[in-house]
Amino acid sequence: MESKVNLKEQLRVENMPTKEGYFGEYGGKFLPAALESVIGEIAEAYDRIKDDPSFKEELMYLHQHYTGRPSPVFHAKNLSDELGGAQIYLKREDLNHTGAHKINHCLGEALLAKRMGKTKLIAETGAGQHGVALATAAALLGLECDIYMGEVDIKKEYPNVVRMRILGAKVIPATHGLKTLKEAVDAAFEAYLKDPVTQFYAIGSVVGPHPFPMMVRDFQSIIGIEAKAQFREMTGKLPDNLVACVGGGSNSIGLFSAFLHDESVNIFGVEPAGTSFKTGDHAATLSFGKPGMIHGFKCYLLQDEEGQPAPVNTIASGLDYPGVGPQHSYLKDINRVNYDTINDQEAIDAFIKLARLEGIIPALESAHAVAYAMKMAAGMPKDQTILVNLSGRGDKDIDYVVERFGKEFNISE
Amino acid sequence: MNRIAQLFKEKKNILSIYYTAGFPQLTDTLPILETLEKAGADLVEIGMPFSDPLADGPTIQQSGQTALKNGMTINLLFEQLADLRPQLSIPVILMGYFNPVHKFGMERFVEQCRKTGVDGVIIPDLPFDEYREKYEALFTQAGISNIFLITPQTPEERIKLIDKNSNGFIYMVSSASVTGTKKEISEQQTRYFKRINNMQLASPRLIGFGISDRASFQKACDYAAGAIVGSAFINLLNNEGNNPEKISDFIQSIKKTN
Repeated sequence: MESKVNLKEQLRVENMPTKEGYFGEYGGKFLPAALESVIGEIAEAYDRIKDDPSFKEELMYLHQHYTGRPSPVFHAKNLSDELGGAQIYLKREDLNHTGAHKINHCLGEALLAKRMGKTKLIAETGAGQHGVALATAAALLGLECDIYMGEVDIKKEYPNVVRMRILGAKVIPATHGLKTLKEAVDAAFEAYLKDPVTQFYAIGSVVGPHPFPMMVRDFQSIIGIEAKAQFREMTGKLPDNLVACVGGGSNSIGLFSAFLHDESVNIFGVEPAGTSFKTGDHAATLSFGKPGMIHGFKCYLLQDEEGQPAPVNTIASGLDYPGVGPQHSYLKDINRVNYDTINDQEAIDAFIKLARLEGIIPALESAHAVAYAMKMAAGMPKDQTILVNLSGRGDKDIDYVVERFGKEFNISE
Repeated sequence: MNRIAQLFKEKKNILSIYYTAGFPQLTDTLPILETLEKAGADLVEIGMPFSDPLADGPTIQQSGQTALKNGMTINLLFEQLADLRPQLSIPVILMGYFNPVHKFGMERFVEQCRKTGVDGVIIPDLPFDEYREKYEALFTQAGISNIFLITPQTPEERIKLIDKNSNGFIYMVSSASVTGTKKEISEQQTRYFKRINNMQLASPRLIGFGISDRASFQKACDYAAGAIVGSAFINLLNNEGNNPEKISDFIQSIKKTN
């Protein structure tokens, strides 16, 4: 079949991205001159250091002894039985130190920053998971840390704000626009430009200018590498389906990257449909966006007729972004990954269901992936398998869930 | 010869003023331009607002947010500038981020610039290589200058390439920072100005970012054809609106020689 030959060719991950950071037409570096040179410095350093055996060893040691890797794969039998269809497996990134997959790339970025002689890590955060992970890595490696966070998210994700402060990081509110993730990215870039010499901008996902989409993917690819071996050991096979949530797309690309060449594996990325498919009510970038440039890279972008990024909305702050990773944009175009949506209500239903049936409280972000897997599983034969990336735990979300859905699920006072 | 080339041929110590279209009031764009020409500004850069401007500090960012809230768009800007020529003779540059321009359509954008009498364009996040590959012919054909930024970190090779392919002036960012930082010109910056000066480039240079008063303007003029004032002027507009007297005082206070 001709398309299969093409697919193999298109997916040569070793060629992804190009030297200039392009995944097909996406990615690249769309930057003002002042930023171009400082980000170029990070690209050069990463290129120099990434294959250094001592760097890899140091990172591996931390993964194992600090984060607690490998994270297990768990067969969610109760949930699968209840649905009566395909078998659902969970890659337990929620069990990592700090409670989500973000620690994987934060340790990598922090080690890189340290080798570059930087003294301060800065970043944006949405739900606060990236911020907490980076503050943790900074504390461990003796670096300062400033985290930029939308004012709205600071209120919504307060426990994470406190955690960052306990870890010694400064949390700086982004106060313009919708005061969520996009604005936090603006604020972090602005701060970075003021002092690119001592600071290192550790972007929180596979977004932004080259080399971030590549570098963060490389650091996250450990999820898929582990999961593939673990799943094989448990079942003797590859999973039939993969499901992960997509905001910027770091946990999903981390899982997907190990399976892109395995044509028998169907891959699904789940975007947040928020409260409706109307512009401003969701953050389903790949489903409704058009190619455009934001924050220094080209990707699918939710935008208005004038090319201004559109407002976004979802209960999961970590998915609340009008852009998306360039590699996801490319994987959509070549039809390797299917991107679909789950709305707020479906996510919260899955959040409760997983808690009640398996004793696992997922992050609202990850609940989108669980909800999608539940939908799929119900209509599938029992010998089919779905591997879900449970990217984070839901401790951070409990106050918000009680406040908004307490009555519905009988969990408020 | 377009108005920008003419200006650099005839004048020294060029004062360029940056302001945001549709700010502080939506309809202020052309009136402010008239005021600036009368007040003695040599060149004007009109900012097309974008919600996520990576190279701009808080002052310009906020003016952009206000302008967007006012309803400013590229379409509307070209409408507002419809009577620009021959009424005014000051060279005009439009400055804005790539995505809105891309969405508008680069070909259509350049054509609108030509029609309204806009002389040059600055798109700070348009990669130089992408410009050369896809858009250079378009700009050259229409006689519109595309102006590129350099910083103290820009490699010499790249500066030479920009110089060779430049048809207006080179915009020197004086330090690796966003706009609106109020620092005096440092020794380090002076060394950078000198270094670029010694490269004997064919294109004239304007120094931008961090120029806010007569002292910094004159210092910049020692090493370049002139300088650009942005945030300081936006602050004035923020406080005074389109007040011809105050604007005239502001321009004179910067230009006045000892």
